[in-house]
Amino acid sequence: MSLINTLARLEATRSGHAQPLATTRHRHLSDRPLVLVPLTTAGEAGAPLGALVGTDREAPRLLVVPQPRDRDLRFAFLADLAETVLPHLDSYADDTEPAERNETDPETGKRVKVEVELCRDAPQLIVPSRSGIDYVRLLGRSMRFRRTAEQDPDAPYPAPPHIPLLGRWLTHYGERVRTPGAALLLCATDLLSRHWATGQSSLEDLHLGALLAWIDPPEGESGAEAARRAETGRDARGQLLCPPAGPATDPAFDNALLAPAIDAYDLARKNFAGAEDGGSADARLGELAAAERHVRDLLSAQLLPAWHATWRALDLVRALPEGPRAAERWTRDRWSYTGHRDRVRAGEPPQPRRDSAVGAAQKLASRETEQARLEAQEALDDPLVMAARRLTGEAFTSEVTGVEPAWTETKRPTPRPLVTVRTADLPQLGGGDEQVKVYRSLDGGSQSAEFVRWEAAGVLTLRLLNAMGRAKDPAPGTVPEVGDRICWTLFPHEQRGGAKLPDPEDTPWTHGGPPAVDGDDAHERPDPITPDDLL
Amino acid sequence: MNASLGSGPDPTPPTARADAGVPVRQRLAELRGPTRPPHPLDARALAALAANPGCERRTLLDGAGVDKAALAAALGSPAPYGQSQFAFMRGNAFEARVKSDGGTELLRLLGVADPEAALTPDVSAAGPEGRTARTALALREATTAKAWTLLDHPMLALEVAGTPAYLEPDAVVVHPDGHWTVVEIKSFPMLDGSADPAKVGAAARQAAVYVLALERVAARVPGAEVGHHVLLVCPKDFSNLPTGSVVDVRKQLSVTRRQLARMRRVEELAAALPGGTSFDPSGSTEELLASVEAVGAAYAPECLAACELAFHCRGRAREAGAVEALGRSVRGELGGLSTVAEVLDAAHGRAGDPADPAVAALRRAAALRAEALAARGGG
Ligand code: SF4
Repeated sequence: MSLINTLARLEATRSGHAQPLATTRHRHLSDRPLVLVPLTTAGEAGAPLGALVGTDREAPRLLVVPQPRDRDLRFAFLADLAETVLPHLDSYADDTEPAERNETDPETGKRVKVEVELCRDAPQLIVPSRSGIDYVRLLGRSMRFRRTAEQDPDAPYPAPPHIPLLGRWLTHYGERVRTPGAALLLCATDLLSRHWATGQSSLEDLHLGALLAWIDPPEGESGAEAARRAETGRDARGQLLCPPAGPATDPAFDNALLAPAIDAYDLARKNFAGAEDGGSADARLGELAAAERHVRDLLSAQLLPAWHATWRALDLVRALPEGPRAAERWTRDRWSYTGHRDRVRAGEPPQPRRDSAVGAAQKLASRETEQARLEAQEALDDPLVMAARRLTGEAFTSEVTGVEPAWTETKRPTPRPLVTVRTADLPQLGGGDEQVKVYRSLDGGSQSAEFVRWEAAGVLTLRLLNAMGRAKDPAPGTVPEVGDRICWTLFPHEQRGGAKLPDPEDTPWTHGGPPAVDGDDAHERPDPITPDDLL
Repeated sequence: MNASLGSGPDPTPPTARADAGVPVRQRLAELRGPTRPPHPLDARALAALAANPGCERRTLLDGAGVDKAALAAALGSPAPYGQSQFAFMRGNAFEARVKSDGGTELLRLLGVADPEAALTPDVSAAGPEGRTARTALALREATTAKAWTLLDHPMLALEVAGTPAYLEPDAVVVHPDGHWTVVEIKSFPMLDGSADPAKVGAAARQAAVYVLALERVAARVPGAEVGHHVLLVCPKDFSNLPTGSVVDVRKQLSVTRRQLARMRRVEELAAALPGGTSFDPSGSTEELLASVEAVGAAYAPECLAACELAFHCRGRAREAGAVEALGRSVRGELGGLSTVAEVLDAAHGRAGDPADPAVAALRRAAALRAEALAARGGG
């Protein structure tokens, strides 16, 4: 945590209310996000218990597994989930614009430009918390190797149609999260804590209810008080006033309410199965429906607070103006979505269980680039983020006090004007012998300069290096003038490495992407299935 | 207090010892409440000690066998933990499955060629002392027999601050070469060959406590050696099929060893307490508050996941304005400043020496932050 952010936390502690960490919104938000609040069964490897899902905050769809140990009921849940999520994911697939991409021609090995489609927008998925993101990944992993009866007529426990497909999409979204700055799948807690500092630790910020309470406390209450209540408040029956935002449920809820309700459901099901005649079967069916309704009501009551909190978080973050470069990053997300669309359409197999060594190394390298890009872009979009870089000497604001024309001593002299600036910041420029480069924004791009020397305390000279046109004299407007206020950074504004290209992982094989499977085909085989399998 | 911890073998159940430990034990019993039996320390609790090594409060309370959950409730800040019966049932069902058929599947995970031939001595007995003695005997016999042997739920004793902690590993396997291996069975999944690192870490810390306790038995058995690699058994992917992975616990072992050695301070801590101090949860809230405050704490947010007293200590830390309540790393950034008020006063120029680098950095941070926020306000 930077000192500026620590200070913001301390101010929040003192005031009892969250303090801003950003003046712009650093993540793109869709106009029509799909919100998913999942619950899982304690102790099981991701056996779903229930979920609220949908794009209409007033009308979420409630999905429930009344007996999580029952494979058929779990499959029914996943089929319903697919039925809700897939149409949403699909609805962006055919609205495309033409775009160009550099590819390596497989025959000649040359880089060529190819006309491709790029989806104009991409579906965005929002979950409440980081563990929700892990859960999306887990669901994806559990579903994508399933076989439907159509794929494999001999599958011992065939999955309903669409389940493997949903698994592939959730895997794609879950993996995309690992790319810094990506916004296809976001969680409410990360969104909030990116933009506000609370008076509690970052560990406590993982609790959506408490985090939200600091930022948006109820009328007449301090954030600190509201957060404490959200975290620990219980009713007379010992149930949390603010149930956890999933996927784990509160043990007190499991033991006191859910377990008896599931037992009652089991009993009602047994009674119904054993009903002897039509009349008693009707009555038993009624009891079974009532038992199921009870489980649904219980889970709905656990899920709704997190559902509303997630939407509230979106409101709060949306109220901040979107940073210009967040839109640029969203374009990368659109590439990522389009790439996966193409892979699915090309009939490629599900993502492998493990990356090949080359694939893993590529991902790591590209994530490092994306991290640097994100840090640079956030600073350029937001003076409050830049302030932290200024504090650490990685950037400085300045006023131009002198400009002296100069040229290279080459056959065709090119401009290298010297610019003297005054700054109150403390940039880490060294003694002038290390040729430290600095950068400033210019015409939607950046211009670089090198540090020449300190003239006096707080006064330094820079030599401009580029972006002044091709003529002997600099193009108008490309050299600062005396009195200009300029923020220079010691980090480059753009990252090298395919400025607008999709990640290798998003490049479909048909477009020269990496082969996803190395050697044996074990990766593609479905998981072995035993009668007591989960999911 | 047993001063021989870690330095000498002592497989005798600790309660059988009646020498120098007694006065301390009496003192600790008074602290706990004379009518209360010591709260048993299990491996999980011992492993959790490593989570906050600097905390005297926890050291004393655990050393004295105080039921911290009951104490926290009596203080008005009950612990947030509890176990879901679903998780409990799943854990039991998986363990039963792993050990079915006389543990043949488990032994196969260890690479035993003929698991049916392995010995599975009965280590059940009346009471923890009896079971501990029975376990020590079975371990000795198995080592002498030089045959694969599986001990299901053996019992080991470790003396902590004069209080015996009885520990029950899921299983211990004796190899024909005299090697002993601790087996931990957990119901979190091993997905595509790897499990949640946080959970594996917790399992490793717990296993290290068992290894430590076993080493004290092994020291008295010629030819015995306790492996510092344990076998972690988890369900494979989404199935109930067990899969094993070998976990190196040497690091956890040295941390835990150091940690337990520190428990010797319990004696000093107890002696330093004012008369009338009591942690008996049936006492009045005011008395308990005063007693708890009489021992120093070292609250950090990590306590929330590791100690029953966390909500209480957090409340105190916040009231005192301690910056550690925001995270352990925060303190390091702020030089010698330790309270929220001190830091903010220094940052805003109301106090502090500008020549102090920490103060100077804070002032610059505050000025830069204010400038950026003002720029936003002005559009
Ligand atoms: S919660 Fe309190 S007693 Fe427990 S370890 Fe933390 S500071 Fe010590």
